[in-house]
Amino acid sequence: MSGGVQIPVRVAAIDAVARNVKSFRLVPESGDAMPLFSGGSHVVVTMRDGARTYRNPYSLMGSPRDGASYQIAVLKTDPSRGGSHFMHEGLGVGSALTISHPINLFPIDRRGRKHILIAGGIGITPFIAMAEQLDREGRAFELHYRMRSDEHGAFAQDLSVRFGQRVRLYRSAMGEELPLGALLDHQPLGTHLYVCGPARMIDAVLNVARAAGWPGENLHSERFLAPSGGAPFAVRLARSGRTIRVGEHESILEAVEAAEVDAPYLCRGGACGQCETPVLSANGELEHLDHYLTPDEKSGGRKIMICVSRFKGRELELDL
Amino acid sequence: MGLVFKTETFRDDFTFSSSPEGIRRFPFPFHEDRYMYAVNLEPHLKGPAGSATEFAIDIDEHYVAEMRERALVLKEDKLRCQALPHMMPAEWDLLELLMTSMSEDYPEHFALERNGDRWRWINRPLGIDQRFVFGDPATLPCPPMEFITRQCQGDFCLIDQRDGNLWMDAGMVTTQADWSLDFDIGMNFMEWHGPVPLAHELGVFDRALKFLLNLQQGRPVRRLNWTMTINPRMDTSPEKYHKWGPDRTTVTPENAGEKIHLRVELQGLWRLPRSNAIVFSIRAYLLSIADIATIPKWARRLHRVLRTLPPELIDYKGLTRYRDTAVAWLSQFDDGAPTTPGCGPE
Repeated sequence: MSGGVQIPVRVAAIDAVARNVKSFRLVPESGDAMPLFSGGSHVVVTMRDGARTYRNPYSLMGSPRDGASYQIAVLKTDPSRGGSHFMHEGLGVGSALTISHPINLFPIDRRGRKHILIAGGIGITPFIAMAEQLDREGRAFELHYRMRSDEHGAFAQDLSVRFGQRVRLYRSAMGEELPLGALLDHQPLGTHLYVCGPARMIDAVLNVARAAGWPGENLHSERFLAPSGGAPFAVRLARSGRTIRVGEHESILEAVEAAEVDAPYLCRGGACGQCETPVLSANGELEHLDHYLTPDEKSGGRKIMICVSRFKGRELELDL
Repeated sequence: MGLVFKTETFRDDFTFSSSPEGIRRFPFPFHEDRYMYAVNLEPHLKGPAGSATEFAIDIDEHYVAEMRERALVLKEDKLRCQALPHMMPAEWDLLELLMTSMSEDYPEHFALERNGDRWRWINRPLGIDQRFVFGDPATLPCPPMEFITRQCQGDFCLIDQRDGNLWMDAGMVTTQADWSLDFDIGMNFMEWHGPVPLAHELGVFDRALKFLLNLQQGRPVRRLNWTMTINPRMDTSPEKYHKWGPDRTTVTPENAGEKIHLRVELQGLWRLPRSNAIVFSIRAYLLSIADIATIPKWARRLHRVLRTLPPELIDYKGLTRYRDTAVAWLSQFDDGAPTTPGCGPE
């Protein structure tokens, strides 16, 4: 399996925790303990919906030291892609799934003197385990959580009860805004900032922080991109000698997997670099949508991250 | 079957020796008759029974003597064991990894009892029975990394991951091939590999770094590295260069077989669970070329590897003074016959 060791799990509980958000408790089929993990980790969940297979990354919540079960939360989004829709509508208690071992692309920098966590909407999920870990290790932190309204704010009340004054909530529908400027202006040296949420919010937070003189090494973000749709296109797989079609709502990686060609991946969100694939020829334009390749590599046109990036043109030839 | 631990030394009178079984299980590193750098990482899976890779952590007949040697090195030089403060969670992860592996794979020698955070560790060969609270350093006689690596063969580095790089932020390094933890601590992956010749141009480190940044829990990997050492000396550190550097002038055609040792490092890499750090273990094995010559295939192959080694590697590995003597000595065992593929004896 190109995505690493897979763990068969069963759904032990499903809870509606906010509008369009459900949380799932997953227990191992084997009865063995789950691997411990570090705050900020995610797993890739593999779902089988009849003939279709979905693979989506979800952050691990709950205590990193709970070896009995894993907790994830899923926001129902774009029904055409199907993964989150299937999690919401296609699963019940007892349903079987497989998950990858935990992977952490959003770790806490333990050198930090203080840690500011900024969440927008469903971007709260990685911060639940991170806050648990920071609290357990006795490190100073604040969690700033921006949501549309109470109804949308998954886990907000639990977090407030658990961490008290260290959690601040901002309900935009009530006109409460995250005081970004003030927040970033007056932090002690050695503070690290972590942001997860909608792309526009992440960009805004990072821009304000850079403008306020924060060093790049102290700024951390996680953007899990769902692969965006686009016009269908053809890909020639040079090594396997086949031509496949990438559909409107499919990524190249998904189309490759559907053709039963093995390709490496880890995060499926354009961040980890594992699915970097050499481009042998491209009769058209590469649409780089990842956060891994450098601008030079993107303009060079010799590599593509097949989990999120697309192509506009007649035919793309990959070394797969 | 329990191991029989030897009483032997790695300094002064150098009484180190290998049993016939010890020779056969030596992790001979050359799979063909020549050598060049490659990203030779492979999954750290269970190897054949009795081999150096049968278990995740290999304990052998030299265990007790190597632990005595480590204690001697540390007595003279505390800086061989260092950890930056943010690595404490990784120290506990390492302690768990080593205690778990050693007690599961060598139950006649080691035992671990876990009752929540209350643990008891028994090390019979070294006569240790320690109760402690996992996560509370005050309940151990020394910090957790030092405690467990004083009881496990091999050097250990704890590597932090941040900013798309790996950082050498803690370690126990007493049996090294001419590199210094005290010099490298806090450096990143590209910095500490700076001195290695040829491999940068081949892109070896770019590929290895990318691979390791995505190293997954539950999927440890290993590689072999090698050099040569005069006398069975474990501590060939820069700090002790004045001790071992001059040894290289003592090799003659008559004593080459006993003096010259092939030194192989079985290097393992694990992603750790709580800390997200990586443990990098460097387990050194020594075998004299006279012992190697008891395995005909290894003698032929080592002769050919040394004869064709690129000059940059001869210099970097510090073989310049005695390589020709080693090649001449080994030539008596090389009849020109072809060797079989793979690293094994035959």
